[in-house]
Amino acid sequence: MVTSDSGESPSWSIVAPLFVHFALLSLTAIGGGVVMVAPEMQRYVVDSHHWITAEQFSAAFALAQAAPGPNFLYITLIGWEVAGWAGAAAATLAALGPPAALSVAMVHASTSRAPGRLARAVGKGLVPISVGLVFSTGWILLRGSGSWDRRAAMLALVAAAITLRTKINPVWLILAGAVVGAAGFV
Amino acid sequence: MPPKIAPFALFLAFSELALSGFGGVLPFAYRTLVERRRWLTPEDFAKLLAFSQVMPGPTICNLSVMFGYRASGIAGSAAALGGMIALPVAIVLGLGVAWHEFGTLPPVRRALTGMSAVVAGLILATATKMSRAVPRRALPISLSVAAFVSVGLMRLPLLAVIAFVAPIGILLAWREEW
Repeated sequence: MVTSDSGESPSWSIVAPLFVHFALLSLTAIGGGVVMVAPEMQRYVVDSHHWITAEQFSAAFALAQAAPGPNFLYITLIGWEVAGWAGAAAATLAALGPPAALSVAMVHASTSRAPGRLARAVGKGLVPISVGLVFSTGWILLRGSGSWDRRAAMLALVAAAITLRTKINPVWLILAGAVVGAAGFV
Repeated sequence: MPPKIAPFALFLAFSELALSGFGGVLPFAYRTLVERRRWLTPEDFAKLLAFSQVMPGPTICNLSVMFGYRASGIAGSAAALGGMIALPVAIVLGLGVAWHEFGTLPPVRRALTGMSAVVAGLILATATKMSRAVPRRALPISLSVAAFVSVGLMRLPLLAVIAFVAPIGILLAWREEW
């Protein structure tokens, strides 16, 4: 965790740009949920700023997926890793605030009609891009620190195959991954 | 149209469905709002969901905000969104704190490596499912590939990539020229 030199308060020179960048990303997350902006988030906090490591990023992402609730909460945990409690609050508000304001404006504009042609075009037109971005998220989580781990890749492929072929709740697969990992397979 | 619902009742209902939602909240939102409490008809739910999906940000939170607003104004949207995230945020941060406490122990560290691998697989499965909605034509498929190569492999900044490829996708969908 990165804190200021005094060690008592988070550095605003980190929290402020984190908030602005995450808010922008949240506004670009159309059609794929906030999972699709994870590669950019990783590029920003790991590669560009070196605030946390790729391993910390993957761990935070995995922990958030194991918890109940909306799956965008990995953002909260990454904010916390980067800049403590202020970072967690800033990251969560950045992810939620701008879309929530837009949603309220949207309800005002049209309450019971279906989305209009432009909204549908935006929704449909961004689907191919979202798909490419969600694949990117899976890819960067698998690559982790950049070194290939063949057994981890195998475990990921098995989990993907089971998910695609059965209706099992993913939380059981995540638990199984923890057990397999603790037993020393990966 | 949802009936008038008190903010506190909204908070409780959305807390309940958020906490039931291991691995995806949406099915539980449908069960709670449509089947159990009958606050929405299936058609209303589908419309609300369609709007939530074309809006930026977390779909389930957009849905909470819109539903809450229609049920009880600004207080209602705050209550629904608060219910959706308050306890899950506390749980996720609790996991984070526990991880900092025990994460250096070798078995915990290895368990998390295993979890991360599985989560990567789950995300790849989600992407595969989503890809079924991409028309099987050269242009939309090349948009997907371009997004993956530029952001996933080349690690280019997302905002620059979006600024370049999003207008192409939106224009094609608008003119239905897939």
